[in-house]
Amino acid sequence: MMIWVILMMMTALAVMAVLWPLSRAVAVAGQTDPNTQFYRDQIAEIDRDRERGTLLPEEAEAAKAEAARRLLRASGLKEGEAFAVGEPALRRRRAVSTLALSVLPIVALAIYGAYGSPHLLSEPPGAQLRQGAGNGAGNLDLGTAVAQIEAHLAKQPQDGRGWDVVAPVYLRMGRTEDAVKAYESALRYLGRDATRLANYGEALVISRDGMVTAEAQAAFQEALAIDNSSAKARLYLARAAEQDGQMAKAKAEYQAILSASPPDAPWRSFVQDQIARIDGNQGGPIQEVGERPDANAIAGMVQGLANRLDAQGGSPDEWARLMRSYVVLGQRDKAVAATKRAREALAQDAAGLRTIDAMAQDLKLTESSP
Amino acid sequence: MLVEAGHFALALALGLSLIQFVVPLWGARANDPVLMSVAPTTALAVLACVGFAFLTLTYAYISSDFSVLNVVENSHSAKPLIYKISGVWGNHEGSMLLWVLILCLFGGVVALAKNTVPMRLQANTLAVQAAITVAFLLFILMTSNPFRRLVPAAAEGQDLNPLLQDPGLAIHPPLLYVGYVGFSISFAFACAALIDGRIDAVWARIVRPWTLAAWCFLTLGIAMGSYWAYYELGWGGWWFWDPVENASLMPWLAGTALVHSTVVMEKRDALKVWTILLAILTFSLSLLGTFLVRSGVLTSVHSFAVDPERGTFILGILVIFIGGSLALFAWRAPLLQQGGLFAPISREGALVVNNLFLASACATVFIGTLYPLALEVLTGDKISVGAPFFNATFLPLIVPLLLLLPLGQTLAWKRGNLLGTVQRLYAVFGASILVVLAVLAFTYGGPVLAPFGIGLGVYLVLGSFNEIVTRSWTRGKPLSVAWIKARGLPRSTWGTVFAHAGVGLVVLGISATAWDVESLGTMKPGDRIGAGPYQLRLERIVPRQEANYREDAALFRVDRNGRELGTVESMKRLYVTRGMPTTEAGILTFGLSQVYVSLGEMQPNGSVGVRLYYKPLVLLIWLGAVVMAFGGALSLTDRRLRIAAPARNRAAPPIAPVPAE
Repeated sequence: MMIWVILMMMTALAVMAVLWPLSRAVAVAGQTDPNTQFYRDQIAEIDRDRERGTLLPEEAEAAKAEAARRLLRASGLKEGEAFAVGEPALRRRRAVSTLALSVLPIVALAIYGAYGSPHLLSEPPGAQLRQGAGNGAGNLDLGTAVAQIEAHLAKQPQDGRGWDVVAPVYLRMGRTEDAVKAYESALRYLGRDATRLANYGEALVISRDGMVTAEAQAAFQEALAIDNSSAKARLYLARAAEQDGQMAKAKAEYQAILSASPPDAPWRSFVQDQIARIDGNQGGPIQEVGERPDANAIAGMVQGLANRLDAQGGSPDEWARLMRSYVVLGQRDKAVAATKRAREALAQDAAGLRTIDAMAQDLKLTESSP
Repeated sequence: MLVEAGHFALALALGLSLIQFVVPLWGARANDPVLMSVAPTTALAVLACVGFAFLTLTYAYISSDFSVLNVVENSHSAKPLIYKISGVWGNHEGSMLLWVLILCLFGGVVALAKNTVPMRLQANTLAVQAAITVAFLLFILMTSNPFRRLVPAAAEGQDLNPLLQDPGLAIHPPLLYVGYVGFSISFAFACAALIDGRIDAVWARIVRPWTLAAWCFLTLGIAMGSYWAYYELGWGGWWFWDPVENASLMPWLAGTALVHSTVVMEKRDALKVWTILLAILTFSLSLLGTFLVRSGVLTSVHSFAVDPERGTFILGILVIFIGGSLALFAWRAPLLQQGGLFAPISREGALVVNNLFLASACATVFIGTLYPLALEVLTGDKISVGAPFFNATFLPLIVPLLLLLPLGQTLAWKRGNLLGTVQRLYAVFGASILVVLAVLAFTYGGPVLAPFGIGLGVYLVLGSFNEIVTRSWTRGKPLSVAWIKARGLPRSTWGTVFAHAGVGLVVLGISATAWDVESLGTMKPGDRIGAGPYQLRLERIVPRQEANYREDAALFRVDRNGRELGTVESMKRLYVTRGMPTTEAGILTFGLSQVYVSLGEMQPNGSVGVRLYYKPLVLLIWLGAVVMAFGGALSLTDRRLRIAAPARNRAAPPIAPVPAE
């Protein structure tokens, strides 16, 4: 409520700024007219100049004559410029007051209502404050903590625990490449245990926009080899199978996870959704729950890229992106076809072909290529 | 809560500006003093609102309030305080808010200048200003709102573009904007004169300080931007004919012409319509500059604001204001009272020549900047117009102008005498030719044209001060008398002299770039590299970790003829949040010359690419600009009440009878 009082007071002050001059009787008569005053000053200045010797007497006379001519012209203009007063003036004043009283609040509230965030204000101020304070403090702590850890790691890069701590923070801050590197260092210095490997694989997947690459898959498999109960590793492997187009295998894997996990496991509903989805649209585009709300738009973008590449050709990187997009969307057959078209389009480009081959290998599209 | 209040204040400012636009115009039309007196108070209220909004945004930056989207996108909690503050205008939204704040600041000053500006002129001017404010406030609120909130708040900001984390950025945009926006006052006065259908010497006198002040700030802003590009971009160039630089050069050229044409109007009550047109064009070019930079139609080093959607909005503003004001001009200008005619050989004639040359130079820059854009829009071809075009078109226009400059400055008002003027410059001609010959002799085998450039620079500096000498010194009289006379000369004369001498210094600095020496090398600690008379030894490379970046700093020892002169550091930085590398050049200044070293790629074997320049007299380029601005400021402090007196009987007086300028 407090904020509304403040906003109201601000509006009132603004309206006052318009009403105040309207309420004043302007002392026009007493004011010297700047127009004629200017020429008077000019004539005085000519006199001063002559006394100082910067002007010769005859020059001063000529200049004075010129200034006087202009002064006459300026004062002549003033005639017939009597200021309007009386009844029409009073009416105009009322009209302006009405204008100020109506336009100002309406414009300000309409614009603020359209572009402002008044709903943030309607929360109880206590909650707002607490949230703000918590956020502010949290920010500072997180920011400085990361900076401190980074400074420490720059001096002692062998400290695996430091890397282990900072990696998930990087992930949360969106610095995915840094997170991957941090996990790699942690694995190197602290050993390869199942949880760390699974986290490393997850960072890899996130850094490749949700694609479970061969590298990530290897990490998850290694994690499972150490501890075959790692749900995270199994989940991502199931997703890998799904991205490879092996829907039956993916579904079986999801069901196995479900039966192996305790009834209160937090991932149960997610896994059930995955199974339901595979059942629902076999082979259709994958809709990542919560993450990608508009799969149609993405599919449209991919189609656009494909059309353009088919019509005009493109760089090897663009072809590789198309292949990856199809795999992420779960359309393996199209990805294989795209690989074939890319090889044809880039037949003259040895480096480009290598890029395509590397991507095909990465996406495990090799077995179906000619 | 504060941020929301700031947002509301901006909305309130929009409403107030609407009133400030409508009511004074109505008042001036109905000749009602009460309605006209609404203008100053509302102008001050708008200033208060926008100022408050700006302060709340600044507070959000300082306190790292990451519930504000703009702060998240351009700040970081670990950033030093100064860059948190300068980050407010280091992005599109904030810089537009600064633009409007400066606009309102100027409006506020006009509102307070009650006794010097006639009431009708003031009311009309503030109304035109309010129209500009309305357009830009709408633009800010609708397309680039800095107060947009982020729910839930982000944990950490994305940091400011590292290229912009620099003291230069803290100063450059505000200076440039004061320049750009300052011309809005001249524009508003011009439109007000057109609306009122009345224009005279009083108008010129009122407008001139604004124009001059805007011109000084724009000069400093451009110089600052050039120096920033010189040391921050790491390749030692100081002017790239980049469209964004051209965007600020065009209003400067037009503004320079305007400063000179208002003198003619003030002194001789002539050149009125042209001055009005220039005032309109100058601000139009300022708007165009804002459009070019802000819409992202250009991709250049300043590409931190790329958004075509905003472009259409600014295009709308451009069309309305440029088209509207030109239409107003076409409609009302024929009604204005024409000024007197004048002789071609006179000070005012010389100023017309100055205007012609400056306007043509401005047109070439305009074509060179916009032609590639137009071509791309029409045919899809991408061409780039760079230094060769401008060297071939801009220089041939500017060099004759500079050659004529001391002549024009020496000519008398109304009836000049060309022969007498040339005679008074004999010594200056002689000295300049001697300098050219001396430089040619000393640098035999070097650049051919550069000595003539040096000669031109010397000619400009001496030619400017020659005016002081001829007006105060007489053969046979003691120097003390001359000194007293020189001190008695009007400040505007001194201002002219300094501004023109500043041009000469810039020419000297630019000409001297022909003697730049550049060396490239891949160096390991202990290696040596030389450029010109200086030798650099790479001492060591040190990695460092700062709050928001890490860097490799290379420390060099600088020798001249085996004598150690000091050390200089050049850095290769990586700003971690954006993952963006920057190069920090190491600069060592000797007098007016500089040694400039920047790092290239770090090699895996511990060596590093090094680029070394020796730049003689390079500081004169920016120092000259500062001297120009100083001259403008000096002229601002003059009372400016002089009228052009016809100079009769040229031979008789011992003092050159030029009472003005």
